[in-house]
Amino acid sequence: MIGVRAAIAIARKDLRSELRSKEATNAAISFALVILLILSFAFEPTEEETHAIAGGLLWIVFAFSGTLILNRTFARELQNDTLEALIAAPVPGWALFLGKAASSFAMMAVVEVVALPVFAIFYSVNLVWSLVPVLLLGTWALVVVGVAFSALTVNVQLREVMLPLLIYPTLVPALIASMILTGNMLDGQTFAGDNLTWLRLLVGFDIIYTSLAVALIDIVLVG
Amino acid sequence: MVAVDGVWKYFGDFPALRDVSLNVSPGACLALLGRNGAGKTTLLRILAGFSQPAKGTVTIAGDAPRDLKARARVGYIGHGIAVWDELSAEENLRVFATLYGVDHARIPIWLDRVGLLRVREGLAREFSRGMRQRLAIARAFLHDPELLVLDEPFTSLDDRAIALLQSLLREARERGAAVVMSTHQLREALELASDVVLLKNGRVAHAGVRTEQMLNDPAWLYARYGEG
Repeated sequence: MIGVRAAIAIARKDLRSELRSKEATNAAISFALVILLILSFAFEPTEEETHAIAGGLLWIVFAFSGTLILNRTFARELQNDTLEALIAAPVPGWALFLGKAASSFAMMAVVEVVALPVFAIFYSVNLVWSLVPVLLLGTWALVVVGVAFSALTVNVQLREVMLPLLIYPTLVPALIASMILTGNMLDGQTFAGDNLTWLRLLVGFDIIYTSLAVALIDIVLVG
Repeated sequence: MVAVDGVWKYFGDFPALRDVSLNVSPGACLALLGRNGAGKTTLLRILAGFSQPAKGTVTIAGDAPRDLKARARVGYIGHGIAVWDELSAEENLRVFATLYGVDHARIPIWLDRVGLLRVREGLAREFSRGMRQRLAIARAFLHDPELLVLDEPFTSLDDRAIALLQSLLREARERGAAVVMSTHQLREALELASDVVLLKNGRVAHAGVRTEQMLNDPAWLYARYGEG
C-alpha cells in the first residue's frame, strides 16, 4: 500500500512541477505542432494519400515529441540531487518507476489531446472513438520504454542523443502495431481479424516491457 | 546500528575502498575523516544504499542498506540540497512524508523548527541558499531517522544552519540515533563526534574514540598519519 501511495506522490510531484515550469510539455506540444504543420505543407497529401500515411505520420509525431518529455523524466531529478533522495527513500523500485511513468503518460496525453485536432484539421481526417484504445496502449508502450531508458541514461552526458537511439529500435514492434491500427481505425475498420492480432501484439508488448522495467529498475538505478 | 565488514569497492580497476571494517553503536557519532579521494563519500554512499560493495558486507540494524526497512531508518544529507525547486517548502516535505510513511501533522512542526513556517507556501526556487539548506535539513530529519548519514554536512551552510544542524544532531544522539558524517571541517565535526575513523587511500588508517587531544589540535590526527 505504501508503494501505491509513493507512486501517486511521485506522479503528483512531477505533474505539479511540470504545471509550474511547463518546460517539457510546452516544448513537446510546440514540436508536435510544427512537425504536423511542416509535413502538411511539404506533401499536401490527397485524401487517399492521407489515409495511407495517417497512422505513420501521427505516431512519428508522438514518438519524436514524446522524447522531449521522456528525456526529462529522470533528468529533472539531477538538478538538486533529488534522485538520490528518491533512491534513498524506503520506496520499492516499482513504485518509483510507475510514479514516473504515470506522470510522463499524463504529459504525453496532453500533447496528444492538443495535436490530434490539429492533425484532423490539417489532414482532413475524421477522428473516431476506436482510436482511443490504440492511443492508450501505444502511448503506454512509448512511456514504459522511454522511462526505463531515461533511468538508464540519466547519468550519461549525451543522454538527449542516447535516449532516442535506444528507445526507437526497441519500440519498433509497438510503433508498427500502433501505426497500422491507427490507419485502419481512421479508415473505419473495427478490432477484428488482423486488427485484433495487432492489438494483442500491442497489449503483449506493454505487459512484457512493463514487467521487465518494474523488475529491473532497482538494478538500473543502483546496480 | 551500523556494521561494515571487509568492504571493498572498485571504480574500474581502482580500489576506492580496501577492506574497510567499522561499527557504529546507537547514540554514537562517527566522524569519517580523510583527504579528498580517501573513500569517505564512497563509503557513505554504500551506507545510504546508493551503491553496492564489490566485497564485504554492510548492515544497518541487521538489514542490508537497500532493504526497505534499512532505508526507512536512514536520514541522508549529501552534496546536493535534494529539494524540488518547483514545489513549496510544505509540498516538498509532504512528498517525503508520504515516501517515508510519516504523519503529515509533523510537517508544520519541522517547518517551524527550521524557521520556514512563515514561508511554507513559498516555492523552494525563490528561497535563499540558507533557507533551502534548512529545508534540506528538515527533509533529512522528518522521519526521526535512527541513523544519519551526512556527507560534508557543514560545507557551505550559513551560521544559522550550522547551529541548527548541530543542535538537531545532538538531539538525535540523545534519543539513540547514530550519526556517521564525513567532513573537512574538523573542529565542528570533532566537537560532535564520539568516535573517529581516518581513511587513507581507501583503508582505515585510524579508528578509535575521539580524544581531548584531537579537540585541542584538530589537525593532530592528519599529522600523525602523514596526512598533514
